[in-house]
Order: sequence, then structure tokens, then C-alpha cells
Amino acid sequence: MLILAIESSCDDTAAAVLEDGSRVLASVISSQHSVHEKYGGVVPELASRCHIEAVWPVAEEALRQAGATLDEIGLIAATQGPGLVGCLLVGFTFAKSLALVRNIPCVGVDHLAGHLLAILLEENKPAFPYTALVASGGTSSLFAVSSPTEFRLLGRTRDDAAGEAFDKVAKMLNLGCPGGPAVSQRAEQGRADAFAFPRALADGSVDFSFSGLKTAVMNQVNRFQQANQPVPVEDICASFEQAVADVLTEKTIIAAKRAGHRQVVLGGGVAANQRLRRQMAARCAEEDLTCFLPSSAFCTDNAAMIGLAGWHLFQAGQRVGPDADAFSRSPLN
Amino acid sequence: MIRIALPDLAATAELGRRLGQLARNGDVILLHGGLGAGKTTLTQAIAVGLELPPEQHVSSPSFALLHEYSGGRLPLFHLDLWRLAGEDDVEAAGLLDYIGGPGLTVIEWPERLGSLRPAARLDVFLEAVSEQERVCSLEGWGERAEELRNALAARQP
Repeated sequence: MLILAIESSCDDTAAAVLEDGSRVLASVISSQHSVHEKYGGVVPELASRCHIEAVWPVAEEALRQAGATLDEIGLIAATQGPGLVGCLLVGFTFAKSLALVRNIPCVGVDHLAGHLLAILLEENKPAFPYTALVASGGTSSLFAVSSPTEFRLLGRTRDDAAGEAFDKVAKMLNLGCPGGPAVSQRAEQGRADAFAFPRALADGSVDFSFSGLKTAVMNQVNRFQQANQPVPVEDICASFEQAVADVLTEKTIIAAKRAGHRQVVLGGGVAANQRLRRQMAARCAEEDLTCFLPSSAFCTDNAAMIGLAGWHLFQAGQRVGPDADAFSRSPLN
Repeated sequence: MIRIALPDLAATAELGRRLGQLARNGDVILLHGGLGAGKTTLTQAIAVGLELPPEQHVSSPSFALLHEYSGGRLPLFHLDLWRLAGEDDVEAAGLLDYIGGPGLTVIEWPERLGSLRPAARLDVFLEAVSEQERVCSLEGWGERAEELRNALAARQP
């Protein structure tokens, strides 16, 4: 069965075509960063407008790349939440309408479930159960994943998300947007041990806190500025990035051990961060855990993971009707 | 303008808790202050005062722009306009529907509201004095907000 998947929860409009929920025939993303860049962040007005303009061309492009026509599509999957309802509604309504007029089933997917399962799009995939870290602009959470439709929250951020900390540090240092790649690029030339930034919640909990780290970086930047000294941007970026990688890695390992899992999976935009990937792989090897890292394209927002998660919902008998609504908060988190 | 010294985190938590206890349907709080001033921390304490259930944990809405919490004494609408350029974006994102709605609305980075700033509101300014210490200034606009401000100030030592 061919699946058409649509994702529009934030920056990008994305569409994908999958065969039987695991083989990706096409995955298209209309990167809108060129539009957003000059505003220093996501601008909802532009985002929803871009989604409206992009959703059909992106879906058509996915079908073209897959060598498929709409007539061959047997299931439509779309992100139902969480996110900006205005953005979500563009993709979700498009999917429901198309399903209705074509008389094919439609499923609504939780964006977080997509990230938790994205690793199953890779050749090298884990067996169930596993511990998954989802780290992105809006989320930093740990889940026990026991099947493609069963997720249990183990820990979450108590304040800021990891990706949000990257964005805010980038803005403090005038590095532009998106913050993650900008900070990482500067971090490559810096010393990770130049500043001892805090690793919060070393209390054995598997919750995260990145607000104190953000403030510590800001205080450090202020100290240089008040002393009229040049800000060592590279060292600050490297030390900050190391603090984030340390906390995400150690808490993930603690969570996996407590859950009795032998396998660790990463997902979300921050999972594309090279320092985090190296650190997670090395520490998992030391702790005799197997670490699974999706390719960067399946870490950041994409529609292929929505198609995969949607196919499993479909197998479990779930459907959405034409009057189903998008949701702003994830029931999983 | 009333100023309240917040020497430590416990004082911030106490102020937020009282604000949550005093809040009524339709109240709007504009939370001013730079990065790291403690706006999200204060909102978490407001949630305690609203008796939100613990699974409705308040986290930063910077990315999502809006987090909605229910199950407490009043619903809480927590907005964060950090990523927005100005009032056109606020309106286009559909956020105006939530301001002053059925519950308590708390808005971080409210300067982005521009001319959309509600007339009746409590302005709360948080300022970092040192790494731990904060000063909070309160200004009430309208009868209800003045009443809130006075109630918060009354219990100050």
C-alpha cells in the first residue's frame, strides 16, 4: 500500500510517499528558512501562508519523485498536533479533504510519535522496546517505546527545550537563525572546557532543565561585554554545546537503564547535532547499550516519519473523520 | 508603580503562588523582562497558585508560542511572543483569541503586542539584580488590575 504523508506543524511544509510504512519512495521538504531568516525566528503569519502556498506543490513533488499518482494512494497521514494550530490546520485539513473526496482512509499523527519512530525508516533499526530521546525546539523528552503505537513518558524538560536553548544562545551572540547549526559551526573552533557551564538536575531525575544553562551563558557574555572585552564566541558555543550534550546523554543512559532497555534511539532536530551524536554513541558503547541514530534528514521535521507512524495507526484500526480537530498540546508529553 | 524585592527563588515562587491564588477569570498579566529574568519560573509559580495538577507541568512556550493548561482553579493561557516580529504576527497566529479569554492569560515578551496590548492588565516587570536576586515592579491598569496589585503589595513586609 502507498501512503501519502503531510507535515505542517512548524517551519516546513513536508510531504512524503511511503510503501507499507517503512520504504520511503520520496520525502520532500519546502525549507522556508530563507523566508524566516531575516526575522530571527519563525513568523507564524509567514509560516501559515507558506504552508498554504506550499502544501499542494510539495505533495505533487513527492508523488512525482515516487513515480506514483494519487489513484495509487491507499492511505493519507497528516500531523494532527502538537504545534501552532494555524499551521497544523493547513496540512491536516488538506489531508482530510483529499481523503474525503478520494474516499480513502486518513489518520492523524502525533508529531512526537513521528520522531520516536523515525529510526525505523533506517536500514539499521532497533527492536522493541527501546528508550528514545526527542530533543528539538519545542521538546526535550525521554520515552519508553514498547511498540509503534505505545509510548510512555519517562522524563521531560522542566523549563526550556534543548533546541530553544540553542536558538536563544545564538540570538545572544548574534549568530542568526536557526540557532542550532549556527552555534555548532562556531563550536567546532572552540574549546569545550573553556567555561564550566552548569549541568542541571544532577539529582538522579531524568527530567531536563536548560533555563539555568541559558542564563549562565548570558551572564558569561555580559561579563565580557561589561569589561569591554571581546566575547570568545567559539569557546562559549563549544562549552555550551558540550553542557547540552552531556546532560542529554547522561540522562538518556540513566533512563534506559532504569527502563531495563538495551537500546537507545535519538530523534528531533537536536539529534542532528554532531557533538551529541558522537557523545551518545561513545557513552552507549561504554555502558553496553546499542545506540541508534537516524540520519539528519529524519531527525529534523519531515513527513516520512509521519507516514511511518500513520501506517502503524492504520494497522491498529485508527482513523480520523472529516470533523477531527488539530491539537496544540501532545497527549504523549 | 510598586516595587517588590525578590532576594531568592523562594520569594519569586511565593509571589507567583499568590498571584495565581488571586487570579480571576479574564485577568491578563503582561510579564516583562529579558532572557533569564525568571518569567517562566514566575509562571510556574502562578500555576501552583492556580492549583494546576502536577501532570500539567508548565514549560517554556517560546517554540510553540502558546501553551494551554487546564484542570486547575482556572485555565491558564501561557503565551510567549519572543519569536514574533510584532503585532501583525500576533494577530495572524490567532493568539488574540486567547488574550483575556476564559481563564488567566500570562504573556511573555508583551512588547511585541504593540497597539494590541489590552487596556485592562497587570504589568509585571522582572529585573535581574544579581544571578539570584530579582526586583519585581507592578503596575495595574484598570480597577481590577489595581486591586490585584494592591493585594500583592499588601502582604509585603
